Amino acid sequence: MTKEKKTLNLNFGPQHPAAHGVLRLILELDGEVVEKADPHIGLLHRGTEKLIENKTYSQAIPYFDRLDYVAPMNQEHAFALAIEKIMEIEVPIRGQFIRVIFCEIGRILSHILNITTQALDVGALTPSLWGFEEREKLMEFYERVSGSRLHANYFRPGGVHKDLPRGLDKDILNFCNSFPKIIDDLETLLTDNRIFKQRNVDIGIVSKEDALDYSFSGVMLRGSGVAWDLRKSQPYDCYEQIDFKIPIGKNGDCYDRYLCRIEEMRESVKIIKQCLQNMPKGPVKTLDNKVSPPPKKELKESMEALIHHFKLFTEGYRVKKDEIYTAVEAPKGEFGVYLISDGSSKPYKCKIRAPGFSHLQAMDYLIKGHMLADVPAVLGSLDIVFGEIDR
Amino acid sequence: MNLIDLEKKINSELNTKINSSSINHNILNINISKDTLVDVLAFLKTNSFSRFRQLIDITAVDFIGKENRFRMVYLLLSHEYNLRIKIYFDINENEFVNSITKIFPSANWMEREVFDMYGIKFNDHPDMRRILTDYGFVGYPLRKDFPLTGHKEVRYSEEKKKVVYEPVKLEQNYRNFDYSSPWEGTKYLKKEVSKKDD
Repeated sequence: MTKEKKTLNLNFGPQHPAAHGVLRLILELDGEVVEKADPHIGLLHRGTEKLIENKTYSQAIPYFDRLDYVAPMNQEHAFALAIEKIMEIEVPIRGQFIRVIFCEIGRILSHILNITTQALDVGALTPSLWGFEEREKLMEFYERVSGSRLHANYFRPGGVHKDLPRGLDKDILNFCNSFPKIIDDLETLLTDNRIFKQRNVDIGIVSKEDALDYSFSGVMLRGSGVAWDLRKSQPYDCYEQIDFKIPIGKNGDCYDRYLCRIEEMRESVKIIKQCLQNMPKGPVKTLDNKVSPPPKKELKESMEALIHHFKLFTEGYRVKKDEIYTAVEAPKGEFGVYLISDGSSKPYKCKIRAPGFSHLQAMDYLIKGHMLADVPAVLGSLDIVFGEIDR
Repeated sequence: MNLIDLEKKINSELNTKINSSSINHNILNINISKDTLVDVLAFLKTNSFSRFRQLIDITAVDFIGKENRFRMVYLLLSHEYNLRIKIYFDINENEFVNSITKIFPSANWMEREVFDMYGIKFNDHPDMRRILTDYGFVGYPLRKDFPLTGHKEVRYSEEKKKVVYEPVKLEQNYRNFDYSSPWEGTKYLKKEVSKKDD
């Protein structure tokens, strides 16, 4: 007589603190071993792509802040680059440097959140308290430059909205000098911590081949030993002029991905420092008033500036008929925008390629055969944010 | 291997399967016919001169009013040669597309998303369900004839003590301004003005 196997179905989320948002995960358990994981996503679906099709190009930028909301400016960057390439706009060098600085600040923001919450999921509370203090400082930089802590709307096609306010570069530099110490402190808490290692080493292993097959990108790919970073391989803005290294993992497990993120933060600090040193003076956005609005004080005196301003904020600029795919190395991986323009001032189609979408898709493959308690550890190391997955 | 070499090579190796090819913004665009999709992708993935090991994204575009309404778009990336390629073909509303989940496992959710958003159906897909929209959703939101506001709205009903679905009621109509300038009839004049600006 064969014994019938009975599996238990467990509903994980959508309101679970370790689900990192509104993930509903349906787990099939045999005892404590996970046999199948079926993620149900879309609980945060807002129809971003449909909305973008119905707005002008400049109205579309704020929607990108709301995708991966822990590193908003990196998303805006992809969209701005797409429009710049179609319209052949050149970004002034200072604008490029400022964009890179804030992209790297976004990367640190995202990695701090991920590392500390991953630690929290496996039982360490202190890192998140220390890390969030630093995030607060970084979001203050966001606020000083754009007026808001999260939804910045700062990167525009042709550059950035405004130059850095006085004194901000010094404050960012001070942060860069003090932050490596905080990374060291975080590492003393986690890197050699017995519990943290037991929970992460050899959990959720991804081989090189599988990482490619499952469309992984960013840290998920590099953790498995694939040397690939769009900032190096397909450089955009001024990344070419900057000297930095790409950390690569060996085993492809959760622990290696954690180490990669720690090292990436150190590299980001280096990048920001170099940018601050080499940043020239000058304009921060293109001077072509057909795309970027003229300065406010001109509006009072110049009729032409007034017309430009009015046209830009009613009709918006027109983008010639074309299609393009541009990608940037966002903190979570390759974030791409596939844009089709039809010559009007609204995009005909804008498909957003979110890295987290493919990462979460592999959940079933990653967790099969692991214990239930490993689910939060693997989820944490995937670095998922529902804003970008559900769009 | 650069894009121009790759274009030549692909055209010579796959010439019966390719309708046209072009290079635009550093991406090689290849138009194929619907039935050769699986062959072409399997070839591009495994062949030593292309090695397009990674599927970046699958999407569709709705060209409403055309006979072949939808365009399927497949974006691929080759890490080895640092190249990007786009495969596309046009289909009508009733046609099925062959699933590529056997070649690229990551195509699973991407095809589900295309089905969810555009209503395009796939042959031999292992798990065809909606993915992003609500349970029990009707319609395909990214089609151009789907209204921006949708059809249903939800709220919590105090009487029934549960979430209820109701037809969308807008307090104010969605404002779709027509910004096109009435002065645009004279194209020659506009050109002169824009020249002066430069």
